[in-house]
Amino acid sequence: MKALVSVKRAVDYNVRIQVKPDGSGVVTDGVKHSMNPFDEIAMEEAVRLKEKGVITEIIAVTIGGQKNEETLRTALAFGATRAIHVKEDGEIQPLTAARALAAVFKKESVDVLLCGKQAIDDDANQTGQMTAALLDVAQATFASKIEIADGKATVTREVDAGLETLDIDLPAVVTTDLRLNEPRYLKLPDIMKAKRVQIEAVTFADLGVEAAPAIKVTKTAPPPSRSKGVMVKTVDELVAMLKQKGLV
Amino acid sequence: MSKILIVADHADGKLNGGVAKVMSAAQAIGGDVDIVVFSDNGKAVAEQAAKINGVAKALTVDNAANANLMGAVLAPQVVELVKGGYTHVLFCGNALGKDTAPRVAALLGVPQVSDIMAVHGANSFDRPIYAGNAITTVEVPEGTVIATVRLASFDAVAEDGSAAIEAASVSAALPSHTRYKGLQAQKSDRPDLQGASKVVSGGRALGSSDNFKVIFDFADKIGAGVGASRAAVDSGYVPNDMQVGQTGKIIAPELYVACGISGAIQHLAGIKDAKTIVAINKDADAPIFEVADIGLVGDLFTILPELQSKV
Ligand SMILES: Cc1cc2nc3c(=O)[nH]c(=O)nc-3n(C[C@H](O)[C@H](O)[C@H](O)COP(=O)(O)OP(=O)(O)OC[C@H]3O[C@@H](n4cnc5c(N)ncnc54)[C@H](O)[C@@H]3O)c2cc1C
Repeated sequence: MKALVSVKRAVDYNVRIQVKPDGSGVVTDGVKHSMNPFDEIAMEEAVRLKEKGVITEIIAVTIGGQKNEETLRTALAFGATRAIHVKEDGEIQPLTAARALAAVFKKESVDVLLCGKQAIDDDANQTGQMTAALLDVAQATFASKIEIADGKATVTREVDAGLETLDIDLPAVVTTDLRLNEPRYLKLPDIMKAKRVQIEAVTFADLGVEAAPAIKVTKTAPPPSRSKGVMVKTVDELVAMLKQKGLV
Repeated sequence: MSKILIVADHADGKLNGGVAKVMSAAQAIGGDVDIVVFSDNGKAVAEQAAKINGVAKALTVDNAANANLMGAVLAPQVVELVKGGYTHVLFCGNALGKDTAPRVAALLGVPQVSDIMAVHGANSFDRPIYAGNAITTVEVPEGTVIATVRLASFDAVAEDGSAAIEAASVSAALPSHTRYKGLQAQKSDRPDLQGASKVVSGGRALGSSDNFKVIFDFADKIGAGVGASRAAVDSGYVPNDMQVGQTGKIIAPELYVACGISGAIQHLAGIKDAKTIVAINKDADAPIFEVADIGLVGDLFTILPELQSKV
């Protein structure tokens, strides 16, 4: 069984985001980037399924400029068998990413695409679902448990009301939520080994992918700031303030 | 003129309260607004939808396949309806909306806007990125606009209308690759986290699921819903549907009391629209105090019982 895992390079989740003063975007130059945390979870799950003998081959794929190669190296250090770099400069929005992923999915005839439920830069939460739609296959989003057997997957999903279970036929797309697993610490020898692996490079043209109509960002602003709060010293003071505001 | 379709979320015969908030966003866009209820028997839910002010028609699409709502099954049906001339399709920015909207957009070959938080026009919206640390204004290209609406950003419209209810006929081939197996729901008599006007949340500091009792007790005293940080959820103190934040629930209560929560940006993303934030934390330098309206430094295990006895 073959798994495709998509991995995105994003500003590290610990970075304090700065909006550019001219409102043209967020400062990303010279800022620490890492693999999107949800994609790490997808990668970890694929490796665990491989260790269990369920999956035999893991293909890591990323879409973006040269620097994204780092992210593929991280995926290889996790245990990806191969890596494909869809080389495209500039911003790539979810529908375009989905078209590329669907093309790779078909070309490699994989059984399952595992990807993070959202990327922590655009917070869009779209790519997995869009890829599944383009491929006309099943999707299980926000997975916190995945079992694969007999050409099917049983997936527990985190929904608003609790935990929902779906039974889906493969091939399929599964997007991963935070509680699915805890990604392992990468070992130095694995990181070193990953540096020597040959990465396959392809372009949209090679895959026959057309860029989708794009959403235009006309302005980026910091969120409205909250007015300065007060510190109280005692519970009595807190109660008095809450009463005064009519909150208790 | 815009013709807007809202896809209703509902469960157990009850319309999700978020739909009346999505209506606010629809009215800001302007135009005719229909609400569609996909169900195996949607009459009761459609009756509730018909009361939402501003609805032109409440549509029902009854099909056994819609007994439990799933994005993969809904999407082809929504696409069929869109062919009737809708310019916009709006979803609640919750699990169902996130599951379905992108699937609809991809089938139509148009991009999707996630988490609309303000409307500037029929094709221009604000939405958050980087856990709400930046807000972008976006322009959607020509074509059908598919979007989810950030429920915390809009007030519900009143529900004293009486629109017509109509059965819509939708002939779409439905997939059989996805089967619903069940829901493990947490039963609780407390107010629903997303609708509650007051929420008390606990973090890693609680240390165990037993200790969470201090949070529940205080919440019950003031009639609040209960939330949690991811750390508390990950540690297994409480179920995941209580997680508040970037990747949990985004809420906008009148009062939010954060107890033993440090205030990581991912948590704050879920409470930016709370009217009054109270923070109780023993670390005076905890980042939660930077956003709190009222802060109290101290041990929550002594503060909460005292607070409970004094309110
Ligand atoms: C991709 C991603 C998405 C995430 N999404 C979310 C999300 O949606 N929601 C979320 O909450 N987190 C999310 N997180 C996790 C987030 O980064 C933090 O790790 C988490 O919010 C920390 O939870 P906490 O504040 O309970 O724990 P901690 O950061 O450990 O803080 C515990 C706090 O309790 C205080 N404390 C300890 N004992 C006491 C006591 N007796 N009395 C009073 N105070 C005490 C401490 O001073 C400390 O401030 C996400 C992380 C990532 C990487």
